[in-house]
Amino acid sequence: MTSFDRETLQQDFFSLFGLPRQQGLDADQLELLYRDIQSKVHPDKHAHLADSDKRLAMQWATHVNEAYQTLKDPLKRARYLLQLAGHDVRLETNTAMPAEFLIAQMELREAVAEAKDAGDAETLDDLHRHLKKDSRAEYALLQEALDAGALGRAGELVRQLMFQEKLLQEIDDALALVEG
Amino acid sequence: MALLQLSEPGESTAPHEHRLAVGIDLGTTNSLVATVKSGMSVVLNDELGRPLLPSIVRYGAGPAEVGFSAQSHQSIDPKNTVVSVKRFMGRGLKDIAHIESMPYDFIEAEGMIKLKTAQGIKSPVEVSADILRALRERAEASLGGPLTGAVITVPAYFDDAQRQATKDAARLAGLSVLRLLNEPTAAAIAYGLDNASEGIYAVYDLGGGTFDISILKLSKGVFQVLSTGGDSALGGDDFDHRVFCWVIEQAKLAPVSLGDARLLQMRAREAKEFLTLHGEAPITAKLSTGEFVDLKLSTEVFAEITRTLVQKTLGPTKKALRDAGLTPDEVKGVVMVGGATRMPQIQHAVEAYFGQEPLNNLDPDKVVALGAATQANLLAGNRAAGDDWLLLDVIPLSLGIETMGGLVEKIIPRNSTIPVARAQEFTTFKDGQTAMALQVVQGERELVSDCRSLARFELRGIPPMVAGAARIRVTFQVDADGLLSVSAREQTTGHEANVEVKPSYGLSDDEITSMLKDGYNHASDDAFRRALREAQVEAQRLVEAVQSAIKEDAQLLSMLERAHIESCLAKLQTVLLGDDRRAIDAGMDALSKATAEFAARRMNQSVQRALAGKKVEEI
Repeated sequence: MTSFDRETLQQDFFSLFGLPRQQGLDADQLELLYRDIQSKVHPDKHAHLADSDKRLAMQWATHVNEAYQTLKDPLKRARYLLQLAGHDVRLETNTAMPAEFLIAQMELREAVAEAKDAGDAETLDDLHRHLKKDSRAEYALLQEALDAGALGRAGELVRQLMFQEKLLQEIDDALALVEG
Repeated sequence: MALLQLSEPGESTAPHEHRLAVGIDLGTTNSLVATVKSGMSVVLNDELGRPLLPSIVRYGAGPAEVGFSAQSHQSIDPKNTVVSVKRFMGRGLKDIAHIESMPYDFIEAEGMIKLKTAQGIKSPVEVSADILRALRERAEASLGGPLTGAVITVPAYFDDAQRQATKDAARLAGLSVLRLLNEPTAAAIAYGLDNASEGIYAVYDLGGGTFDISILKLSKGVFQVLSTGGDSALGGDDFDHRVFCWVIEQAKLAPVSLGDARLLQMRAREAKEFLTLHGEAPITAKLSTGEFVDLKLSTEVFAEITRTLVQKTLGPTKKALRDAGLTPDEVKGVVMVGGATRMPQIQHAVEAYFGQEPLNNLDPDKVVALGAATQANLLAGNRAAGDDWLLLDVIPLSLGIETMGGLVEKIIPRNSTIPVARAQEFTTFKDGQTAMALQVVQGERELVSDCRSLARFELRGIPPMVAGAARIRVTFQVDADGLLSVSAREQTTGHEANVEVKPSYGLSDDEITSMLKDGYNHASDDAFRRALREAQVEAQRLVEAVQSAIKEDAQLLSMLERAHIESCLAKLQTVLLGDDRRAIDAGMDALSKATAEFAARRMNQSVQRALAGKKVEEI
């Protein structure tokens, strides 16, 4: 096997970009680093070379894409940090969430379903904005928890945020349906 | 074909040799071929100075005719004259709209349809290959030598089956495919490089048979596609069809013959094109029945009968913006591509949605081919100073696998930057089970039956264990052409499972091989010389690349490793000029293997340097 497997695959995504292993991250800097590395390894840079070189370039570019997608998204980044710290978020088994959070989510879901049935794009847009604003506050809390090493609390916030992101996705899908 | 060349931007990799590379826009209605000459991207015309090649092939009594001569026969010999074959690529009978008004004898083959012609049964891949071959010959005559490779453009919204069919067609036409490039992305390259653009741009590409919308971020030499959407069965042809139906209705015509239908479709297209610059278009035709058609189509009526088609382009446009997390006002410019965007109602609809006048400063028929030529030049390794950019494209439709109950589990979501891979673990459900099958689908719907089935993968050679004990890790890899491949490994024993692919659409490898063989039998001598010449060129390139890599990075090699590479180099150099193609292939293979580890080390070093450079800049 080549050194691609030996060295790179064992490296965590933060080290790949030479960034500190933490939730706080400068998105612009990450993007610049991503583009710099991709400029070197992307298959387009090796398209005229031997098949083995092309394969190597594809593996590298695939790996760098995955690393970038993981670190760019704050929720994926947080889950990745928890995974690196050996903390199991137990997404499938742990469904315990604060009652008020669940009630708020249920109400939002009903509102989305209603707006979707009524073909009301404006309300869907409003709900999307509202939910997005809520999540921003939670993302700030998540970063605090991770910085403080409060992994249990961070895991709880991750589970809630996944719930919310899923709902945001459902609103997007409903909007796509309503707007045709 | 050579060792990784990690030259810095601005450095030419092989200053003494210009490799002949072309960009090909394989369109529904017309096709073009372009290349870079003295740093300028230009379309290569035919011997009569015409840039467009009508994408029409006639399989009549004589040899296959491609282009204008086929076009002139379409209403006399509609059954054997294939137009808009792009709509059939990777498609089955039930996928094709207006099939009832088409004159062909279709054959429902497994996966993709086929056509019965006077020259036998033709698959859409073969028809497309004939178009590509005509373009290859045009380019080789014009450039005076065999091509190193070609970039072929495809609609961004083409799925895996349609992409694979296109790549197969290029192979059949004797082209080495450097990359399948998405049409709107090709246009963005041509536009962005011409105008040194920075910011968010939308490319609205309405061609003869396909619609694409791509949202891109252009900054500092990087073209990053954020999202893409479209409809691979919506284009100018559909506008013609609306006019055709309107003519039938207005002229109160009884069902018309195949030849008359073709004639009226041609008149409908002419009327559509006439309306771009005029308020009213005359439609006159004399049918084989002796009936006369004499109508006038106004811009208003044309807009009215095609309104739903225009609306159909706005849905994917909104979705693409939403997928990119953007609103229309964040888009800095909308680049118009494809002949069909000349229609005033399209221009108005785009302007109204984005709240700005669309950009029409590039020829919408040529921009895709020009962009593809620029990319082909770069991929072939003809880099000139300052001639360096990076293109990051996405997969247009989600990939998933069938789970229990006919549901789809998404594995790679749409708009993921390619290349991309996902691994998924599966287990056996019976004791001693040694094989399992996976159905891979592409699409956004939840039910397998609503998505396009791409392939059935059969994993064999799983070591027999008790039910649930085997852990089979299946990796789905989408490459830079947007094409899927699958590999599998049993985790507990490390056993590589044998993956057998049965494409639901497209041609099997056996079919391609036999088609290629048929082609060689026709002109075997020619094909042999061609293949030998290509192998020699490739081998020479590999030799040069390895030599320059050793010169740059000899410190990455031990004495022993270097000696081994040098000996493989010497061996290849001795067989290089002979006419034993197998010896050349074997020599290249040996040298590639000998340098694989070296290439990997150079890649690592290059990434480290990229990062180190960044840190110094920050300080």
